[in-house]
Amino acid sequence: MSQDKSNNGHLPDEHSDSAPLSIHDMTVAYHRKPVLWDIDLDIPEGKLVGIIGPNGAGKSTLIKAVLDLVPRASGRVMMYGKPYSEQRHLVAYVPQRESVDWDFPVSALDVVTMGLYGKLGWFRPVGQKHRDLAREALDRVGMGEYADRQISQLSGGQQQRVFLARALVQDATIYFMDEPFAGVDAATEKAIITLLSSLRSAGKTVLVVHHDLQTIPEYFDFLLMLNMRVVAAGPTSEVFNEENLRKTYGGRLTMLDAVGHKLGRTSA
Amino acid sequence: MEALQDSGTWEQILRVVSLSDYNTRVVILGTTALGIACGLIGSFMLLRKRSLMADAVSHATLPGIAVAFMVMVAWGGSGKWLPGLLAGAALSGLLGMGLVLVIGKYTRIKEDAALGIVLSVFFGLGVSLLGLIQKMREGSAAGLESFIYGKTASMLTSDALLIGAVAALSIGVVVLLFKEFCLLCFDQDFAAAQGFPVGKLDVLLMTLVVLVTVIGLQAVGLILVIALLIIPPAAARFWTEKLLPLAVIAAAFGGLGGALGAALSAVVPKLPAGAVIVLTNSLFFVLSLIFGSARGVLVRFRQQYQLSRKVGRQHLMRALFECTEDEHREVVSFAELLACRSWTSSRLRSLLGRASRDGLIEGSADGVRLTSAGEEQASRIVRNHRLWELYLINYADIAPSHVDRDADRVEHVLDPATIRRLEELLKEEQKAAPKLSSPHPIERSASS
Repeated sequence: MSQDKSNNGHLPDEHSDSAPLSIHDMTVAYHRKPVLWDIDLDIPEGKLVGIIGPNGAGKSTLIKAVLDLVPRASGRVMMYGKPYSEQRHLVAYVPQRESVDWDFPVSALDVVTMGLYGKLGWFRPVGQKHRDLAREALDRVGMGEYADRQISQLSGGQQQRVFLARALVQDATIYFMDEPFAGVDAATEKAIITLLSSLRSAGKTVLVVHHDLQTIPEYFDFLLMLNMRVVAAGPTSEVFNEENLRKTYGGRLTMLDAVGHKLGRTSA
Repeated sequence: MEALQDSGTWEQILRVVSLSDYNTRVVILGTTALGIACGLIGSFMLLRKRSLMADAVSHATLPGIAVAFMVMVAWGGSGKWLPGLLAGAALSGLLGMGLVLVIGKYTRIKEDAALGIVLSVFFGLGVSLLGLIQKMREGSAAGLESFIYGKTASMLTSDALLIGAVAALSIGVVVLLFKEFCLLCFDQDFAAAQGFPVGKLDVLLMTLVVLVTVIGLQAVGLILVIALLIIPPAAARFWTEKLLPLAVIAAAFGGLGGALGAALSAVVPKLPAGAVIVLTNSLFFVLSLIFGSARGVLVRFRQQYQLSRKVGRQHLMRALFECTEDEHREVVSFAELLACRSWTSSRLRSLLGRASRDGLIEGSADGVRLTSAGEEQASRIVRNHRLWELYLINYADIAPSHVDRDADRVEHVLDPATIRRLEELLKEEQKAAPKLSSPHPIERSASS
């Protein structure tokens, strides 16, 4: 059923209820300066989706707006036909590694168990069962022997793996990952992409903010090219071409940017 | 000082220490509970990097106290009913805190600037109102100033009970929501994505700060109450890398500081309890800074010293090994060793002395030689060094001429797991040469 949808999933105005993620006319603004304009797209199921675009294109903001972490000025977001607030149990999130304080007094295992807090619910403490699950997730990212290390004693790549393990333990259907490859060594990058591919093979949908254009055809089968608006969205083989890249990265001061700037000014 | 020489003083000390005086006992219990609550809640404020928020809150309470006094007087009371004053303090404290958050969220003024603005404006307003009250009805306002510096001596049993009750309530909330507060402080976005109402949790945490600040006003005063929230958690951080022990230790420091401070000030009548409590806590802080088992200065020094000893030992063993490696001799002269690295002769002598005490080398007429135990250790060290060099050449694209120095920096911290992985990576090279030789010509003169 999802097979035929995946082929035309990127067409606007024909949103499907079976898409893991469909965004309807979403606009997001900070201090009334729009950072994302009229985002309208469906993401097909079971794909490894790359989100690319220059700095300030709104890649992180897109994820945060979808997860209700920043307010939307307009539009709505559906996951399998329902709003996110009803589908939280299907979603795992990997924020940017720099977004947290790695000197925080917790161990790698503690961080991974945080992925279970939502399912645990209020007041209930973490039990042995949950620690076992977390340990399993750490093993899957090759960090089993570092479970009891304080997180500041881990390298950047290891910290990123801990974040991935925390998302794995959420046992989700849709994964949002904000720059999981930033600042990691080649070995970790390889380990991560292997893991992401295995998630896809298990039928999960994985959205990844990515920076390295060279690896895109190799890593992702679906691509979202973003620069404040959707420049192109579709199978990588169809949309990853020079023209779209130029539209995405070339000429930062597009019309939208200029108008956005003006809007920001009048409101300040 | 006179009081100390008084014959009644010892009796008083005895009464305090044995907790036989009911009022003293209640006051000490009250400040202990206050200290525990402040230590716990302060831990989360420290981790949330919001420690100074409590300072804005405490200063923001003053106008509330003054207004509460005026309202109570207008209604015909004496105006000094403590729960009423504290309620006023809490309300204006909350208002001040809310203002800081609102200014930070809706304007482009940063939170630290917002903090400074709220703190000074509210405090100025409070001081002005106190002045007005003084004019309005002479003498009756005397005592409100005690909220600025704190005055345990004037604490009644009922006041202490109130403090204890609010502290116990705050402790209860933190214990219940420990996991949620931890997630909020570590990764707010992740908490929100999982459906936790981070805004409400944040407000709850800040409300707890307002509560403990307000009940701390009478004991330590609004200027010093911030110390109770910052110092115990900061001290506890030197002892642990885990959150739960951090909170427990901070609570223990806070409680102990509260108890000791209140007891001391009960023994010495003119000593202000607030200052003593803060000083006791600072003593804990200094001791933790020096002796803390996780991050204390002494531990750091010891680790540094041990590493430098280990590095020195490994350099010595490698030099001895490489000098005799391809030659049919065992003895290396002192001068030859001295030329191997850029070490001073006194450093080399102390290294040799220690190695000989550990039975790794033995002296002979014209130099030193490795014992069999030494030989074993040295070959292992050299092997690790060369494994690492090979790795750098093969995988990190470092020129063989530079590899020695880079390897030198890292090899001393290689753990067994890393060495295992290196061996796996370099299996090919190992098969080719079971007795790993150096991948570059060994320089004999002091090069590094």
